Order: sequence, then C-alpha cells, then structure tokens
Amino acid sequence: MYNKGTIIPGLALFVLFVTFPIWFNGLTTAGDLPKPELPPGGEKQCVESAEYMRANHMQLLNEWRDNVLRDGNREILEIDGKKYRKGLQMACMECHTRKEKFCDSCHTYAAVTPFCWDCHLTPNEAASKEATH
Amino acid sequence: MNKQRRKFLKIAGVSALAGIGAPALIKLSSSSAVASSGGQEAAAGHGAATAAAGHGAAVEAPQGVRLGMVIDMRKMAEVPEQLDNAIAACISAHNIPEFPDKKNEIKWLWKAPFENVFLDHSSYHSSTRVANTPFPALCNHCDDPPCVRACPTKATFKLAKNGVVAMDFHRCIGCRFCMAACPYGARSFNWQDPRPYIKKYNADFPSRMMGVVEKCNFCGERLALGQEPACVEACKGTGAITFGDLNDPQSEVRQVLDNEFTIQRKTNLGTKPSVFYIV
Repeated sequence: MYNKGTIIPGLALFVLFVTFPIWFNGLTTAGDLPKPELPPGGEKQCVESAEYMRANHMQLLNEWRDNVLRDGNREILEIDGKKYRKGLQMACMECHTRKEKFCDSCHTYAAVTPFCWDCHLTPNEAASKEATH
Repeated sequence: MNKQRRKFLKIAGVSALAGIGAPALIKLSSSSAVASSGGQEAAAGHGAATAAAGHGAAVEAPQGVRLGMVIDMRKMAEVPEQLDNAIAACISAHNIPEFPDKKNEIKWLWKAPFENVFLDHSSYHSSTRVANTPFPALCNHCDDPPCVRACPTKATFKLAKNGVVAMDFHRCIGCRFCMAACPYGARSFNWQDPRPYIKKYNADFPSRMMGVVEKCNFCGERLALGQEPACVEACKGTGAITFGDLNDPQSEVRQVLDNEFTIQRKTNLGTKPSVFYIV
C-alpha cells in the first residue's frame, strides 16, 4: 500500500470525526434524557396522564386558548376533585411552579423555543413584581 | 398581390374594432343592470341604517346578551379620585405598562376632557362641571365594531356570547389596522417591550409583547369568575358606573338607561357603542 503512513491515521481520524455524535453523547451528559422536575408541592395528578401531557400538552394549551379567548368558555375544569382554571399561568404553573426546571428542561433538550413566555408570566417573573391587591 | 394586401388590412381592421368594441359593449349593457340593482340595495341599506340610528338600539328585537355600561358623570364628579382608582385597578388587573413617554401610552381606560371624548357635541359654554371633570374613555365594545372588520387575522372579534369585542393577543401581528379603524382611539400599540414598565404583576393575567395591539376587554377574565369589571368595582358604592346586559329589560343598566338621558360617542358613525354617558 502506498502512503500507508498518512492513509491509516487519516482514516482513523475520519471515522472518529464521523462518529462524533455517538461517542460525544456517550461520554458526556449532553445526550442524557432530560428529567423535568415534578411539582415541588408534591402534586401527583395532572389534567391528563403524564404520557398524554408529554405528547400533547401543546395541543391541549391551544385548545384551552381557543376555548377561553375565542369561545369565551372559561369554565373551571374539575378533575378528580381538583379545580383547574384553563390557562398556562392559571393551571399549569400552579403546580409546576418552576418553569426553568420543568418546561425548559425538555424544551432546551429538544431545541424548541415556544414563545409562550414572551407574554405569559413565569411564577418567578410574576413574583419579582408581586401585586399586592 | 396588392389586392390581397388591401383585403387583409380591411379584415384586420374590422376584427380589431370588433375585438375592442365588443367587451366595451357588454360591459356597458351589464353595468347599467348592476348599477340599478346596486342603487336599490344602497337605498334599502340607508333606510335600515336611519331606522336603526338613534341611541344604538337596533330595530330588530335584540338577541342574546350585550354587555354595556353607563357612566354617570354627575356621580363621577362628586368623588373625583374614584376615576383614578378605577384606572389603577384596570392597570393592575391587566398588567398594563406605564410608559413615561406619552406617545407610547397604553390606554385601556383613560381620562380625557369632554371636548375630546365627544367631538360631535358642542363644548361651547358647557357647564363648569363638564368643563372641569375629566371623562373616562374606554373601548365602546361596539355592536358593529370597525376594528373587527379591519383585522386581517381575526385577532380581534366580537364574542357572540356577550357582545364583548375581545382580542386574542396570540394572533395579533401588529399591523395596527384596527387602530386606524377605531374611531375612539381605544387601541394602543406596544412599541417596545412592556415588561420593564409594568409596576406590579397580576400572576393570573399575561403581559403583552412588543408589536401587539391591546385594549379594554371588559374584564372578560373577571366576568368568568362572576366578578364585575375592575373599574366598576373600583367605583362601587357611588353608582358612577353601572354595568350589565343592555338587552335585558330588567337589568340595572337598563333601569338607568330608561330613566336618564344618556349620550354615546360618535353615534353618527353607526358603530352602536355599548358605553353610555350621563353628562
């Protein structure tokens, strides 16, 4: 084989480079599945099952939005004795009080940037300028 | 050869004339028909409008709930600070930013002198009370809202349930057509991020973002909880603002409307405002 000295290290480097995502995720924590924080208050029950919420929370939020704003249907949901007002700030954030540890953990992992928080207030943000009425 | 060319030019000329003339003829004959039927429609529409004009009451039997309010300026003037309280309640209920620069002002409920609120009413030699009392102005929640027609994304719409002209901030693209369409100046645009200028947050209500139009929502979120609008609650006890269903003959607003002479803003535009004033 000609130029054995350059081809074999070059090939090795190439394979190393191409498999970068595999060994990088294996060796570091970058590839670990996110662990969103469960409600600090210890609530175990959500408006739907965890599987459903994991897959469909965005559709559910859109449905609530359209119910509340478009149809003026702000009825209070009662699920297993617990009452929920339809709304991101009024239902979700009541239990999942730390958006940074809950929402962001998956959204950052999946590299999605939903624009909910452009307008909606995180509990942290709301507490920073608490209304006293 | 020459003869053929002559013949060709004749045919070409005639067909060109026919080609140009025929559509014009068709247009002329059809437009006269359209014009006559259009004229009838316009006349009928005008007649209906005149019949419906006057105090915003539709001629057909009103259907469903139509929320509205009566603002009694005599009672408002007795306790002048209640308007400030009402504005403050509105601001804190809806996370309204208070920009230092007047041109960025976000107005849901605001104060204006009589001559600015009632442009079509003479303020010549008006009474000292009228001249010296600031009038509250807000979205009129029109029965025929021009902003709703102007909105290209249906971000603003009339709720069939209670006649409130509501907004879905999610859909607003910030084109400001509604601001141009609203004859009452009841809509404000966020020229910059409002968050730093919100003094206190109401955790149950969102803020808005830069590039979104906002306005009074008749406290839809409070009505859902069985509460009165924040401004009505702030003026409670004096009876300066009465709120309720304009279509319900038994409602408190209707009692006030039946007993008092009220005026509305710019009724000549046919928007049929739901906010009435006792001057």
